[in-house]
Amino acid sequence: MVVAWVLMAALFSASWFVNRERTLEAARLAWTLFREVLPMFVIVLVFTSLSLGLISEEVLLELLVGRGLLVGSVTGAVAGSIAAIPSSVAFPLSAILLGKGVPYTVIAAFTTTLMMVGVVTFPLEREYLGFRAALVRNLAGLAMALVVSVAIGCFFGELP
Amino acid sequence: MNGKRSSLPFWAVLFLAFAAFVALSALIRFAPGIKCGTDFLAFARTMAGLLPPTFLLVGLFHSWVKRETVEKHMGSESGVQGYFWAIVLAGTIVGGLFVALPLCLVLQKKGASMKVILTFLNASMICRIPMTVFEASFLGIGFTIVRYAVSIPLLILIAWAMTSWLGEDFRIAEP
Repeated sequence: MVVAWVLMAALFSASWFVNRERTLEAARLAWTLFREVLPMFVIVLVFTSLSLGLISEEVLLELLVGRGLLVGSVTGAVAGSIAAIPSSVAFPLSAILLGKGVPYTVIAAFTTTLMMVGVVTFPLEREYLGFRAALVRNLAGLAMALVVSVAIGCFFGELP
Repeated sequence: MNGKRSSLPFWAVLFLAFAAFVALSALIRFAPGIKCGTDFLAFARTMAGLLPPTFLLVGLFHSWVKRETVEKHMGSESGVQGYFWAIVLAGTIVGGLFVALPLCLVLQKKGASMKVILTFLNASMICRIPMTVFEASFLGIGFTIVRYAVSIPLLILIAWAMTSWLGEDFRIAEP
C-alpha cells in the first residue's frame, strides 16, 4: 500500500514539473474513471459483505478453499469465465478473498480467466474471428489460466 | 409522489438499505448483521487506502500515453519487433474487446501478420497497463511479475499455434 502511494507521489510530481496541463488532465481522468466504477464498487462490496456475514463464511469459502486447490481453481476459473466485471472491481474483490484465506492459486485462476475467457463476450468475438477461431482462442485462454495458476501456486509456496 | 426516490440510482438505494439493515442489526444485537457492517467497513478501509493512488496512476498513464502514437509503429514491422509493438499497443488498450477487436481489423489492413494480430488480441486481454496497476496494487508486484513472465511466452505460443492451424491466409471478418 505504501509503495502505491510513494510511486504515485513520485510520478505525479515528476509529471507536474514536466507538464502541468497533462497532470491536471490525469487527475480529472482519474476522477471520471472512479465515478464510473463507483456504483459497481458499492454493489460488489455490499453483496460481498452480506454474503460473508449472513451465510456463514465457512460455507461460502468451502468451494474456494476447503476442497483443495484443484476444486478451488476450477471454481475460480468457472466464475472468471462467466463473470464480466471490470478489473478495477475484480482486483479489489480478489484482495478481499485473499484476506479471507483464498489461496493465490485460486485467485490466479479467477483473474486470468476473467481476462482471457469471456462467455458473455463470445458472440462479439465470433463476429470477427468466426466460431471456430473464437472457440479455440477461449479454450487456449483456459489452458493459459491453468499454467499461470500452477506457476503462481509454486511461486507463493502453495504447490510443491 | 415519490419521484425523487425513484431517481436515486440502484447502488445508492442498495447502500442505504444495507446501512439501515446494519443499524437495525446493531440495535437488536443481530450478530450476523453486525458482522456484515464490520466487514464492509474493513473492506472500505482497504479500498480507501489503495484506490486513490491506483486511480491517479491510471489517470497519469492515460494522459501521457496516447494509443495513436503506438499504433503508428504497427503493421510493417515483422519479426521480434512486430511482437514487441503488438504487446506495447495492447498495453494501451482501454475498453477491452470492444476496442481490441476493431483494432485487429485495422492491423490486418495495415499488413500485420496473423501471428502478430493474434498476439495483440490476447495481449490486449492480459497486458493492459491500467489493469496491471490494479493487479499490482491489490495482489502485490510479485503476483504481477510471475503472471507476466508466464503469460507473455504463452500468448506468443498460442498465436503461433493458432496461425498454423488457421493458416496465414485466415482473415478477420468485418462484422
